[in-house]
Amino acid sequence: MPMIAFLLTLMLLLGVVIVLAYAERKVAAFMQDRLGPTEAGPYGSLQAVLDVLKLLQKEDIVPALADKGLFKLAPILIFAAVFAGFAVIPISPTLVPAGIGIGVFYLLAIISLDVIGLLMAGWGSNNKYAMLGAMRSVAQIVSYEIPAGLAILSAVMVCQSLDFQEISYQQGVLMNAFPGMGYETNWLFGIQALGIDTTNIGGITTWNIFRAPMLLVAFVIYFIASLAESNRAPFDIPEAESELVAGFHVEYSGFRFAVLFLAEYSMMVLVSLVAVILFLGSWNTPLPNIGSIALANWTTGTIGEISGNLWAAFWLISKTFVLLFVQLWARWTYPRLRVDQLMHLCWKVLTPVALVIVLLAGIWRLLMI
Amino acid sequence: METIKKEAYKHKTGFWQAVKSLVSGARLTLRHLANANKRRKPVYVTDDSYFKQPDGLATLTYPYEALPVPDNGRYRLHNEIEDCIVCDLCAKVCPVNCITIESVKATEDIGVTSDGTKKRLYAPVFDIDMAKCCYCGLCTTVCPTDCLTMTPVYDFSEVNIKNMIYHFTDLSPEQAQEKQLLFEKQQEEMAAAKAAALAARKQQG
Ligand code: SF4
Ligand code: SF4
Repeated sequence: MPMIAFLLTLMLLLGVVIVLAYAERKVAAFMQDRLGPTEAGPYGSLQAVLDVLKLLQKEDIVPALADKGLFKLAPILIFAAVFAGFAVIPISPTLVPAGIGIGVFYLLAIISLDVIGLLMAGWGSNNKYAMLGAMRSVAQIVSYEIPAGLAILSAVMVCQSLDFQEISYQQGVLMNAFPGMGYETNWLFGIQALGIDTTNIGGITTWNIFRAPMLLVAFVIYFIASLAESNRAPFDIPEAESELVAGFHVEYSGFRFAVLFLAEYSMMVLVSLVAVILFLGSWNTPLPNIGSIALANWTTGTIGEISGNLWAAFWLISKTFVLLFVQLWARWTYPRLRVDQLMHLCWKVLTPVALVIVLLAGIWRLLMI
Repeated sequence: METIKKEAYKHKTGFWQAVKSLVSGARLTLRHLANANKRRKPVYVTDDSYFKQPDGLATLTYPYEALPVPDNGRYRLHNEIEDCIVCDLCAKVCPVNCITIESVKATEDIGVTSDGTKKRLYAPVFDIDMAKCCYCGLCTTVCPTDCLTMTPVYDFSEVNIKNMIYHFTDLSPEQAQEKQLLFEKQQEEMAAAKAAALAARKQQG
């Protein structure tokens, strides 16, 4: 069973990454008034697949003066760290590769391993660009883990759980179906004093950003920090093509480069998934029940049956793609930040604001019960 | 003027300014994305819309689409060898010497060109090296029968540079040799006739 879950997750991830790589090129092209890939397949749709095939055929070059052990191990470690994060992501009410109670904590811990892989790649390459890229990357990821962690913490405080699945259940009409939460109630904006019970209304009214409105700010902070953590523009100084060639993966080619590439896109997918689960209602439908028009119930299906799984996976993946699109959109809109601006944003803007949000989240939780 | 300048250089700061500029940037790229269903059309420069294609994708999928070139543009040469009188003017005027012509005098009548000029020469070799040609168009100006012209073809790169030499002759090597032999024979006959005439004159004298 774990093996099947592993393979299924890997397949799903590969599929999403292929779509994302193609979408990235098309979105970039359209935003710059170009056409993007047009030749391979209809509208160039096979381009990403063919790129991967091409990479796999290429020679795997290990520089003569590289630290061979570190150099060869780094891509595997980086991908393993990112991929291990997917283990705790619930895809539907009944489907989660590894449903452990401390999923959020595990995810934060395992993703941090990524940094070691980056440093190994940069150091092992024995190349000044790679080294600079790796150092910038580490500095950036370590710094941005703090606002990201605080934003996640505020969501966890509101939900009172480290289990992704429990957090997911709380944000929809299925809340009372989760073992141990049979008698919980969701109030509008999380304020019990208003006396408006939204437990059975569901939809967007029970999403975390709606249950505790300051989580909207936390979401924005988390999203900005996650861009930095996945080395995406406008925080792509570790890979700044115009100054560092390609940063820590400048010496990689062939299969190893493909793995690094995959890890980078998986990281984008993972951070978007986490944002969706913690703030945007996870696999719950955005449509609320309005009186007798039970939109939420219709678009949720039955737990444990095919309909429930399909609806949940559909909502989760479409919300993730919306966030991924925003990531692409940001990349092709904003110029790269300078290192000092990056650190300014992290330590002087995001971190203080995130601290205030944590405080507010604690107070809000008191209103909710 | 002064005030405008000052305003343009004024450094805008602050949280809301930053948000405003982020939003305006995001709207700009989104607008371009939304216009991606429109395409630039491959129209000629005289078309009204040539300079007014503000929205949509600017790329043309060359070679499937291409902007039309002007009729009097200077691109690849073409020689209508039927109309060429092998006068060698083009080869002489060419500044880069990329036209090679060898001529053989015809022994018989070989007809006229389409504009009525009498043809007297065969061209066993009429080569133009398009790799050397600088497309100045001088050769087309001097050509008395207007048989050397420029075509709208500009995309004719080759893998082998030898293929950039275009052969316009309509004679096969065998035919060329035959014409050469015919010409030599006629020359010999004429020389013999001349010698005979000379001898006859000497006898008379
Ligand atoms: S266009 Fe100019 S360079 Fe080319 S063949 Fe004619 S005279 Fe020579
Ligand atoms: S100038 Fe014209 S007619 Fe004369 S040799 Fe050249 S192509 Fe032929």
